[in-house]
Amino acid sequence: MLAWTIYLSFAGALAEALLPKGRAGLARGLALLIAIAGLGIAVVGFAADAGKGRITIVDVAWVPAMGVHYSLAADGISRVLVLLTGLAAVAGVLFSWNIELRTNEFFAFFLALIGGVYGVFLSFDLFLLFVFYEIAIVPKYFLIAIWGSTRREYAAMKLALYSFVGSAMVLVGLLAAYATSGSHSTGLDALAHAGLSVQFQMWAFPLTFVGFAILAGMWPFHTWAPTGHVAAPTAASMLLAGVVMKLGAYGCLRVAMSLFPHGMDAWGVSFIGIGSWRDVFAVLAVIGIIYGALVALVQTDFKFVIGYSSVSHMGFVLLGLMTLNQIGVTGAVLQMFSHGVLAGLLFAVVGRIVYERTHTRQLAELEGMHLSKRMPFAAWGFVIAGMASMGLPGFSGFVAELQVLAGSWNANPWWTAAAGVGIVIGVAYTWRALQKAFFSDVPHTHHVHGDEHGHAFAAITWPEVMGFGLLTAASLAIGIYPRILLDSIEPAVKALLAGGGQ
Amino acid sequence: MNFAHLFLSTLPETVLEVAALLVLVVDLGFLRKTELKTRTSMATLIGVLGCVASLWAQIWVSGSKGVVEYGIDGTHDVLLFNLRWAGAAQAGILVLTAFTLLLLTRTAFTRHAGEYVAVVLMSATGGLLVSSAQDLLIIFIGLELLSLGLYILTAFAKKSGNSAEAALKYYLFGGMSAAFLLFGFSYLYGLSGSTNLDQIADAISKSGVIAASPLLYIALVSIAAGLGFKVAAVPFHLWAPDAYEGAPAPAAAFIASVSKVASFALLITITTAVLSPKWSLILVVLSTASMLVGNLAALAQVSVRRLLAYSAIAHAGYMLLGLAYLRVDGTVSWWDGAKAFGSANALLYYILTYGITTVGAFGVIGVVERTTGSDRMDAFLGLHKRNPLLAAVLLVLFLSLAGIPPLVGFWAKFNLFAAVLGVSAGVVPFALVALAVGMSAVSLYYYLQVLKRAYVMPPTDETPIRVDPVTMLVLLLIGASVVLLGCFPSVLQNWIAGFYPVL
Repeated sequence: MLAWTIYLSFAGALAEALLPKGRAGLARGLALLIAIAGLGIAVVGFAADAGKGRITIVDVAWVPAMGVHYSLAADGISRVLVLLTGLAAVAGVLFSWNIELRTNEFFAFFLALIGGVYGVFLSFDLFLLFVFYEIAIVPKYFLIAIWGSTRREYAAMKLALYSFVGSAMVLVGLLAAYATSGSHSTGLDALAHAGLSVQFQMWAFPLTFVGFAILAGMWPFHTWAPTGHVAAPTAASMLLAGVVMKLGAYGCLRVAMSLFPHGMDAWGVSFIGIGSWRDVFAVLAVIGIIYGALVALVQTDFKFVIGYSSVSHMGFVLLGLMTLNQIGVTGAVLQMFSHGVLAGLLFAVVGRIVYERTHTRQLAELEGMHLSKRMPFAAWGFVIAGMASMGLPGFSGFVAELQVLAGSWNANPWWTAAAGVGIVIGVAYTWRALQKAFFSDVPHTHHVHGDEHGHAFAAITWPEVMGFGLLTAASLAIGIYPRILLDSIEPAVKALLAGGGQ
Repeated sequence: MNFAHLFLSTLPETVLEVAALLVLVVDLGFLRKTELKTRTSMATLIGVLGCVASLWAQIWVSGSKGVVEYGIDGTHDVLLFNLRWAGAAQAGILVLTAFTLLLLTRTAFTRHAGEYVAVVLMSATGGLLVSSAQDLLIIFIGLELLSLGLYILTAFAKKSGNSAEAALKYYLFGGMSAAFLLFGFSYLYGLSGSTNLDQIADAISKSGVIAASPLLYIALVSIAAGLGFKVAAVPFHLWAPDAYEGAPAPAAAFIASVSKVASFALLITITTAVLSPKWSLILVVLSTASMLVGNLAALAQVSVRRLLAYSAIAHAGYMLLGLAYLRVDGTVSWWDGAKAFGSANALLYYILTYGITTVGAFGVIGVVERTTGSDRMDAFLGLHKRNPLLAAVLLVLFLSLAGIPPLVGFWAKFNLFAAVLGVSAGVVPFALVALAVGMSAVSLYYYLQVLKRAYVMPPTDETPIRVDPVTMLVLLLIGASVVLLGCFPSVLQNWIAGFYPVL
């Protein structure tokens, strides 16, 4: 049943592309309908199969000559991420309700991207996964280049090239694994059991891991992320940070780590405490956490703050993956979900609710606007989102980061210590942005454009309230009762670690 | 075997040649007084029907025998034509020729529609011969027939200075490369005492003296130079950007597709005969240079035709890589699967899908050029507004050229690279494949430059572009086939593999 999320999204994209021009209302309605249907399927699929292990959805030969199967399946991790994608899609449509330029094309690219993302999370054939992964790249380019803002063409091209270089690395690893295994199959299970030699895994693992991690925003390959997020239209930023970066992390987990587990074995030599690829990537993840947070601390553009915070939060995901223990990897998956929801929330407040009314994202200009009084919904919305993002108990971020830290403590206490510093800086940059943008007591400035004599801002619209409510509710629900997701994630992670550790 | 058999086995070529003459007779004999539109339509119609008839003959011939042998003086029969896998290339040539002819309707670059179609058909005949011949003399004659047609086609826009300049460059380079090729052939003949590739292969493999002879090196290098020119491999590529830019759009489409298919089919034939580390080394050098120069030079282009020329060079580079690691025995492969896809098949898959994509790309360029009068990238500004269907076709074709799944260009690349690694999984082929994959990541940049103008940048002119129904239909057909063949890749794979009867 979950497979229908893919087909519906692609059918919706096609239908949107064929819609007559100028019927913006129709295009929005259709997109919302498709997104809600996708979310509905994801929720039902999640609820129906909760607690069960992996469910095979469809498995037919696609390219018999090469042993490629059209193989869709869902384990607990997939179901959680499909649920996230459904949430992000609905929220994305709601927060792009104000798109007037080429509306039907916008939603066509949007739904094509969503379809590709659903496809990646449900693919259990390496080849099919790669195909969906690449399908997701092209719509991103057009979404940013056509509907974006600051330096959009530069950012879109940078994003497309980074993604494509990453996927080229993945493709090389994929071809190599395929040719070396000689198993005449590209199924993930078949390749995982192909008995690839340790020497091979030693170089295939970093190749594919980095290839995917580029899209997950791993330092130092993260630079596409802030520029891309800032340039993208709100819905695209929400999707980019919310689900596309998860594609990268998911690829790291599902492909790199489970196909080439011995790639993380110790080299036998150790240099300043780094003795394996696992250490290398964990250190890069920690650097990403701290670096992203520090850079977010000094940004003058509100959206860049959120952009760099994504780099920092994705660092937790990668760190969690590199702990290689049950609690850490579970935390990483939970963090994927949590960050997907929270990044969407933050970008929605900053990019849509605030920017569309003030027409500036410069913190210095926002300071003079006293937004807490004039736009209380936005201010309190950002307070909630910011609290959740900095890991306040009761929100999803807390549970996730706690598990990642607990896992990394078991693996290497130094990582935990460093990541803890990242959390502290996270509080600082969120606080700073919150204070400057909303609760500043700088005297009112009249020279700010678009804000002559403090006229009232446009009222908050119902799609904004609904989208905000949806994401906040999701984050709160997980924060208060994380077992909803953990019951699905934990067995899947257990199976993955056991299967990968053979 | 007698001459009647020989005639029978070249039936597709004969049919096509007859169609070419028929076009001339009808056009010059009966339609001289009618207006250009009628003459063009009539000539196109006959040409396309000729292609269809020839295709039918080709299917019949390859179904009947597959291999044509010809006895000399009572000695054992020698292989004259190999119609086994070449059947796929021939069918591809005929289909591509028909498409390029259909793109001619409504073009106004010439008043001599009849001659144009006749030359196209004759050139395609040369292509058919080249792709199946096993004898150096037939190969050379076929190649000259193909090339002379291409020179004429390049120059066919008589009022355009660019066209004449491009044709002259093409002709001069072509003449020189033909000389190289003939020189190499003569050495091969001198070494082995035969003009037949089968016997040459035999002689080389049996005699260590020949295999070790430096003269063989000279022969191989000369042949590589001659054929490298045909497929526009670096450093023999200099004619390509000019010819692609100067030739009338349908002629450019023909040069970029049919001539490429025929030349690569020939390269497979020759590689089968002379495959050795020496030959592979030459091909690897050509391939690496083509991938690098083609992709990097394409980054700097502002003319979409020149961009396609450099991208063609890059694609030739990928294909030469497949050729360097050729394994011809299609029945046995690295999986020992009955339906496995050998590297010769992967190469055919690549060149056929590349051919169809390029024909479509030139079709779109031709339409845009007719309306805007330019093939600059800026001529594509706002194409999505001026004609959404045309823009959609361009999107699909260019993304396919860049190798984005699930379009057919992705499978072409994947097949080819997997086949290379399947033949040899050492460090060198692996590094080469990594280079090729990396370079195709670079290629996305320049394809996106065109698509960016079609979709993203604000249009300077929003008047709709009108496309005549036949051209649009052909373009939609090509676009749809690129998508559908990509979604169901095994259809084309099985079709190509079907030309390989179990030995």
